[in-house]
Amino acid sequence: MKFAVVQFGGSNCDRDTWHVLQEVLGVDTDLVWYKEGLPRGCDAVVLPGGFSYGDYLRAGAIAARTPVMQDIRRHVQDGKLVLGICNGAQMSAEAGFIEGTFAINAYPKFLCRPVHLRVETASSPFTSRFREGEVIRLPIAHKEGRFITPPETMEALNREHRVAFRFCDEKGAVSEETNHNGSLESVTGVLGQYRNVLALMPHPERASEDVLGSADGRRIFESMIRHVEIEG
Amino acid sequence: MKVTVRITISLKKGMLDPEARAIRHALENLGFATEALSTARVFLVTMEAAGKKEAKERAAEMCERLLANPVIHRYQIEVQE
Repeated sequence: MKFAVVQFGGSNCDRDTWHVLQEVLGVDTDLVWYKEGLPRGCDAVVLPGGFSYGDYLRAGAIAARTPVMQDIRRHVQDGKLVLGICNGAQMSAEAGFIEGTFAINAYPKFLCRPVHLRVETASSPFTSRFREGEVIRLPIAHKEGRFITPPETMEALNREHRVAFRFCDEKGAVSEETNHNGSLESVTGVLGQYRNVLALMPHPERASEDVLGSADGRRIFESMIRHVEIEG
Repeated sequence: MKVTVRITISLKKGMLDPEARAIRHALENLGFATEALSTARVFLVTMEAAGKKEAKERAAEMCERLLANPVIHRYQIEVQE
């Protein structure tokens, strides 16, 4: 089993993500500079958080149009896994791996805080280690994280259970009060058409060890590992 | 011939414009009453093209493929005289 964390100029959560995969979970994980292309035989790709290309134009827009993205697109078309975290989620949206976009927060400032999330589906390669409806805690750290998509797409996402996570309170209630960035229907984690891409604004790599206050994020990586083990 | 196009990217109608809201509020603090305010981004692109029509078409493709996000943006292209 091999995972790859792709680094772009301005990525800054790449090593944290590598640490969780390689050192906490013991998965063979390559840190790959975007110019190198994807390593052969890689089962899962993580697009890490950060500020690739200084967030010029739109967050993730430039990274989404680099040549390595063509490799990653083929990897997605082959049915393999891509997890986009924060800036990686923005890249996934810009690359068209999910339907929708992450726009500037409704209150236009950088938000950095732990939040509660409700797991909306446990049937995906990223969420199988959760229970549907379970409330978990992960940190967010972004200024462009307000999920938007046209109404007909939102309907399809709901119908096909492709919303993975919504902001909620500690009891799991979803309301405008807990909608930190003003996302459509409080969505902050969304699956691609074939469920093998997850674009996730919160940071699971920052909450994967008890010493950091929450280890809930680890189960996202563990779900991916289990998926690769089963699907090969 | 060298052609310069002016590309304006703005939010589609009805899209929330939080920056504009914050700026409008700041203007209000300075004593400027405003009816409406929205933000837009302008790119001036100079290219070698057979004519204005070709330059405009290429600019539209640039918008579709990179400069605009079709989920939230609309764009307007003018050839600079």
